[in-house]
Amino acid sequence: MTSPKMPDPDGKVLKRRAAIVADLRDIVAGEGVVDTTNEMRAFETDGLTAYRQLPLVVVLPQTVREVSRVLRYCHKNGIRVVPRGSGTSLSGGALPLEDAVLLVMSRFNRVLDIDYENRVAVVQPGVTNLGITDAVSGRGFYYAPDPSSQIACSIGGNVAENAGGVHCLKYGLTTNNVLGIEMVLIDGEIIRLGGRHLDSPGYDILGLMTGSEGLLGVVTEVTVRILQKPETARAMLVGFPTSEAAGQCVADIIGAGIIPGGIEMMDRLSIKAAEDFVHAGYPLDVEALLIVELDGPEAEVDHLIREVQRIAGDNGATMSRVSNSEEERQTFWAGRKAAFPAVGRISPDYYCMDGTIPRKKLPEVLAGMRTLSEKHGLAVANVFHAGDGNLHPLILYDANRPGELERAEEFGNDILRLCVEVGGVLTGEHGVGVEKRDLMPAMFNKQDLDQQIRVKCAFDSQHLLNPGKMFPELHRCAEMGRMHISRGQMPFPDIPRF
Amino acid sequence: MTDTSQTFRPENEDQLRDAVAWAVSEEAPVEILGHGSKRTIGNPCKAAHRIDMSALSGVTLYEPEELVLTARAGTALDEIEALLAENGQELQFEPLDYRALLGSNERERGTLGAVLSANLSGPRRLKSGAARDHVLGIRAVTGRGDVIKSGGRVVKNVTGYDLSRGLSGSWGTLAVFSEVTFKVLPRAGTETTLVVSGLNDADAAHVMAEAMGSNAEASSAAHLPESVRGRFVDGALAGGPATVLRLEGVPQSVEYRAANLTRMLDAYGDIVPLDQDMSRALWREIRDVKPFCDGTERAVWRVSVAPDAGHQLVAGLRLRAGVDAYYDWQGGLLWLRMEADPEADLIRKGIKALGGGHATLVRAGDAVRAEVPVFEPADPALAALNRRLKEQFDPQFILNPGRLAADL
Repeated sequence: MTSPKMPDPDGKVLKRRAAIVADLRDIVAGEGVVDTTNEMRAFETDGLTAYRQLPLVVVLPQTVREVSRVLRYCHKNGIRVVPRGSGTSLSGGALPLEDAVLLVMSRFNRVLDIDYENRVAVVQPGVTNLGITDAVSGRGFYYAPDPSSQIACSIGGNVAENAGGVHCLKYGLTTNNVLGIEMVLIDGEIIRLGGRHLDSPGYDILGLMTGSEGLLGVVTEVTVRILQKPETARAMLVGFPTSEAAGQCVADIIGAGIIPGGIEMMDRLSIKAAEDFVHAGYPLDVEALLIVELDGPEAEVDHLIREVQRIAGDNGATMSRVSNSEEERQTFWAGRKAAFPAVGRISPDYYCMDGTIPRKKLPEVLAGMRTLSEKHGLAVANVFHAGDGNLHPLILYDANRPGELERAEEFGNDILRLCVEVGGVLTGEHGVGVEKRDLMPAMFNKQDLDQQIRVKCAFDSQHLLNPGKMFPELHRCAEMGRMHISRGQMPFPDIPRF
Repeated sequence: MTDTSQTFRPENEDQLRDAVAWAVSEEAPVEILGHGSKRTIGNPCKAAHRIDMSALSGVTLYEPEELVLTARAGTALDEIEALLAENGQELQFEPLDYRALLGSNERERGTLGAVLSANLSGPRRLKSGAARDHVLGIRAVTGRGDVIKSGGRVVKNVTGYDLSRGLSGSWGTLAVFSEVTFKVLPRAGTETTLVVSGLNDADAAHVMAEAMGSNAEASSAAHLPESVRGRFVDGALAGGPATVLRLEGVPQSVEYRAANLTRMLDAYGDIVPLDQDMSRALWREIRDVKPFCDGTERAVWRVSVAPDAGHQLVAGLRLRAGVDAYYDWQGGLLWLRMEADPEADLIRKGIKALGGGHATLVRAGDAVRAEVPVFEPADPALAALNRRLKEQFDPQFILNPGRLAADL
């Protein structure tokens, strides 16, 4: 893809590479330092595979002490650091830099404690999202946020990206399910936040860290809430002749006071792609399909299913099916979960977007997307976390056709601008990373962005941690400190006073 | 200008910015006030001037089907809750009302901005979170006099740092909110509370853990030892200590879960359900610390520890000091009223020894609050980070200086 401009490599660091590698070997012994081109290839990209870059060197520490010493060393020597979990970021959050140490946390892979009495699990950041659920499922518990990469993505990466999933409306995002972390600052200081208690006083650094995309610190331990699995869960498929009707049905379900475990919407193109791929039994004669999952005690689920059926009927649903077994429920979901690869089968390449919009703006945004689709000459398939307004348009293109890739990117940017225009945001769960960095001014003005950079300055005043991500440009922290108001220059405020 | 005390009463965001800019240009610390209902929480604020936020009010956006509400920061919480109730909705985190506990004469219960500034919560904390978990976006004026925004009006949003959450619980020391956006949720149709009587604190902790860890989906679990039990709902709870478990939802679900939970806890003694009105009244009183609303200045602590550590902390304290206590949040939230000395060191050492947590001295006389750190002091590395963050938002230390910590 058109490569984003990354910070200029530091020539002095590149020149000292051999010495830096040797110094790092003193801190992390054995296989923990990887410096051959062949071995580093495995780390040159993440889930946004269009961007590739070999790092200066890869370091895989195993203890907090090692993380602390590596960061202290880099801080002291002015060396940039890019943290990485499992490398599943869809926004290029773990894209290496030529002059930066790639700090890979995958060897932090142990579950440290499972505390059923207090309903928490304490794990190292390299444990996968699903690994937490697997560790507690024997007693009927699970960890709620479930990004679609949950089989591979690490909980440390989930914290860095504030990962979501299909159950966010009812069960919250990562930030609502993490109780505590241990983290290391760029100067090597180790800080513990939260724990098995709640809502520590002082600034909500835990809240700031969650979703900070590896720019503020490196997470070395995570304490998460675990929940008892709902007694039962049933899914429904409901088909509509228009996406407007499906959208109205979602609004009416929520308006009736029902918060389903998940509500997903798929458009005609993605329904067909998914059905051809996994044969989930999706109807092919509808414009929009809702998958509604209701979970909880059986009596409640039965009651809510009847309610949702009634609301769907009122909105002109042309088909409706309810899962009658766990197997059937899984089948209903299989199509949705395979939607991305399914679209991958009908197009040589696809580009996945991630805007969030106010739900009621869906018809407007879909109409806008049709116009944009014609303008750019590329098709788009839509899957939508309808409950929380998170839209994943998949733009179909062929990278082998000259100019198509650039058109796909332009199309994507236009879609995200449209999301912001209707009151939404650039990214619901994939993160800003490299990918949406240059679109940040579409949502934030200079003062907004400057204050975010000032937060960065409180953690990492030399911009050594994951530079080139999230912010379109980095200003030196010394410049950011200047005040624009000085004594005597302020107009006297025209405000009521006593 | 700075010779006499000024009170600004901005009516819009521009005026709020001007008021803060005035304070910046005069290097004059200001106290940020909503309705003043929580004014005595915190160490005494070293500010001669005030910004009164109560006129910066009004709901600017409410879309029930979108589950979102935006209001100017000075909007009265009572007004918000009344509006939500008309539509069968609520702020699910149940922000507590401190007035009776603090002996405040304020007519108003507090502003929406203060709900976020103090990160309020209530008995549903374990299941539904605190204010920080429901905020979607903010607009604010920083201590530099800059208007900033963060977040938005949608639930799923990871665009940039989460300043909405970062500013929650900052007690007005980083920025002054001008507008806040919250997620709102449907209010449960019915509720009941199961009362298990006669358990000691340790057994109660175990029963609460079992209930909260089951798929009965209890939304709250509290334990009211014998000394406080009679002070709830006009003494209507049966004799002995009361362990109370709240179930909310659609009627058939509540009934079903209540039956399951009753069966599950059968071995622990008689279990009596409360009707809906009694249940609602009880949880409101648990939320608002009814047993310690005694019109005195005796020290009251709000302590958060791991749920299974709460009763151990209290048992240790009882050996060393006169203390009255009850438990919310499955045993992890303690409300403590000290009979004499506040015993800050004793309590905070006890918390550390039990694996960590924090204690906030929510009520105490002025003299005590001038001496004792009201909020749990941070470890040095974290304290230094807090200080650097303060400098990035409020480099001249003009917003509520000293309230949260001596150097913030």
